[in-house]
Amino acid sequence: MLETIWFALWGLLWAIYFMLDGFDLGAGALLPFLAKDEQDKRTIYHSMGPFWDGNEVWLITAGGVTFAAFPTAYAVMFSSLYSALMLILFCLIIRGVALEYRGKVEGHGWREGWDMLLFISSALPALLFGVAFANIFQGIPIDAEGIYRGSLFTLLNPYGLLGGLLFLCLFLYHGALWLGIKAGGELKQRARRCAKALWAPLLILAVAFLVATWFATNLYQNYLAYPVLWILPALAVAGLLATRLFLQQGAAWRSWFASSAVVVGATLFGVAGLYPNLLPSSIDPKASLTIANAASSPLTLKIMLGVALVMVPVVIAYQIWVYHIFRHEVSPEDLAYEEGY
Amino acid sequence: MEVLILSRLQFAAATFFHFLFVPLTLGLSILVAIMETKWVRSGDEQYKRMAKFWGKLFVINFALGVVTGITLEFQFGTNWARYSAYVGDIFGSLLAIEATLAFFLESTFIAVWIFGWERISPKLHCLAIWLVAGAGTLSAYWIIAANAWMQHPVGYVIRNGRAELSDFIAVITQRFAVIEFVHTVSGAYILAGFFVMGISAYHLLKKREVSFFTKSFRLALAFALIFSLFEVVQGHFNGAEVATAQPSKLAAMESHWKTEKMAPMYLLALPKLSGEGNLIQWIPIPGALSILAYGDPNAEVKGLSDFKPEDRPPVFLTFVAFRTMVGLGMLFVLLTVWGFLIRKKLTDNPKYLRIMMLAIPLPYIANEAGWIVAEVGRQPWLVWGLMRTSAGVSPVDASQVAVSLVAFILFYGLLGVVAFWLMARFARKGPAPLPAAQG
Repeated sequence: MLETIWFALWGLLWAIYFMLDGFDLGAGALLPFLAKDEQDKRTIYHSMGPFWDGNEVWLITAGGVTFAAFPTAYAVMFSSLYSALMLILFCLIIRGVALEYRGKVEGHGWREGWDMLLFISSALPALLFGVAFANIFQGIPIDAEGIYRGSLFTLLNPYGLLGGLLFLCLFLYHGALWLGIKAGGELKQRARRCAKALWAPLLILAVAFLVATWFATNLYQNYLAYPVLWILPALAVAGLLATRLFLQQGAAWRSWFASSAVVVGATLFGVAGLYPNLLPSSIDPKASLTIANAASSPLTLKIMLGVALVMVPVVIAYQIWVYHIFRHEVSPEDLAYEEGY
Repeated sequence: MEVLILSRLQFAAATFFHFLFVPLTLGLSILVAIMETKWVRSGDEQYKRMAKFWGKLFVINFALGVVTGITLEFQFGTNWARYSAYVGDIFGSLLAIEATLAFFLESTFIAVWIFGWERISPKLHCLAIWLVAGAGTLSAYWIIAANAWMQHPVGYVIRNGRAELSDFIAVITQRFAVIEFVHTVSGAYILAGFFVMGISAYHLLKKREVSFFTKSFRLALAFALIFSLFEVVQGHFNGAEVATAQPSKLAAMESHWKTEKMAPMYLLALPKLSGEGNLIQWIPIPGALSILAYGDPNAEVKGLSDFKPEDRPPVFLTFVAFRTMVGLGMLFVLLTVWGFLIRKKLTDNPKYLRIMMLAIPLPYIANEAGWIVAEVGRQPWLVWGLMRTSAGVSPVDASQVAVSLVAFILFYGLLGVVAFWLMARFARKGPAPLPAAQG
């Protein structure tokens, strides 16, 4: 029971991470396409400024919880996905530094350089997280010793790549909506047009992914056994339809919330299908890591649950407060502000 | 074998680099918080400018501390998978709790602080920096409790082929953790004090913003003086703790080879690079090592020769790092006491100011040297007495680790240059002009 609760929390933490960092990864990746001048660029940096750091801590927490609640899965998953994960980590380092350092020096070359790095280090993790999670849904070649029997290119299979494209497109869309809220004037309109243009490809990728999942993975078995789970993909699909509708009406926040529901629904769709596996083996079902053979001791899970039940709501409360104080459109005064980006 | 060496180098590079930024984050956040508190209480704009100026350096430094910390957490899984699976029940939970309890607080409120000057009330804004400072120190406690568990594992049972938690309170309150934490954090505070003093000295030498930098200098001096004095006394307890918990580390720290009572300490010594014994050992103080380790001149101190070669840590590195740390620690006391004596006439003492400016890197060296003692001295154990470092490494391809290691070194090297260049640039530029002068 404890293991199942932790499995659900594990999935939820990843979902929250993707929902939050998803928009700033997307916004960063859109920078070269949406920003026409320095003011636009600084607006985009500012739109992420007060949030990106707090968002990334959800990744630390998701990683930490994988380590704490399912250490064997953490060990095998992260060493198997070694190169992909290293790439993601390098990108996250560059991103953080680009965000904080770009605005500190006036030089044209300096700023252009960081802009390029921000673009790469935002787009690549979005893609790679998708590739990694699709591969986890599908199973990767690990043997009974927990040793990975593939290479980086094993992960770049069609289903993995489809997952990568879906994540990338979803994050771009999510980021465009965010800019549609935070930016003002012309940039806001451009961001909203961009979101509208991204919606159809997103829908196609989502449908393709749902269909491909039927053929490439065993995720649907849980759905056939427990039909109540359909509520999760339904949440994603409903969100996808609602977000377009709200966008049409110009209800930017609602559209962004609906898109958040898509991210959360899509992540939980995969995670619920995975249960009780954390990392299925594609070569030996007995080598799969499950909540039964990868979990921590009941004592650790209990203590962690206590901490999580108290602290996560507190964290959510103060993060909502921070989103609330910085919910406004980025204004010229914000850009003139010396501590800003 | 290759994977082991490469992974060790990579982890060493990653932690070393991370800890170039962490101590300043820990210490400077408190100094900035004190400055801002003074502003909020007195309304003295000078203190607001101080908080902003030092805060800007803080933020440049903070960014790298955060991003390099993120990678570290994942490297246990990527490079030390067998270790992670073996100890995740205990070690992993400490990291996860750190993130939920402290790191969230720190990362969320630093943004409130950076962007909130005009958006929230001064009191709330001041609270934000105190939360950042408090969360940083709290975060350090959890990370060090995790490290202390590797140094001195407690509160566990070996079950299901791994170490499982049996007593959580024992893990987070063990003496080793408390002592290691106090020692590390004090070292960090000293570093921040010297950082502020050094940069202030630069400006005082140029007679720029004299009142601003005199105030900054004195505040940092008080901070550094307290913790330098404290660290010397506290370091002794740290040594005594190591003597009982990790006798082979203590022997390596002192390059002490022969098991004996009345064990001496040599003022000048140097271990051989390979093989047993010391190249030089001059000016012994009889019984000093016995006293330092056990508080009794007649206590027996076990020498390295009585540990099997495969159970000894690398002696040369541990020894040199230890001497460096201790020597610098003494120097910090001298410099801060000197500063205290002339605190009222700093600008009349350009020699002292020049020394303090040049002293900025020294606490960095001392902090890193301390970690070399702790971590190299822990070898060959990954978890003391439980798991050897060689048993903890991931079953991954050496080529992968080689590529990531080279990437880490190049990439961190570049980032380090950029970060310190940027800090130096803003440090030299000095604070923004007074609002009156602007308008």
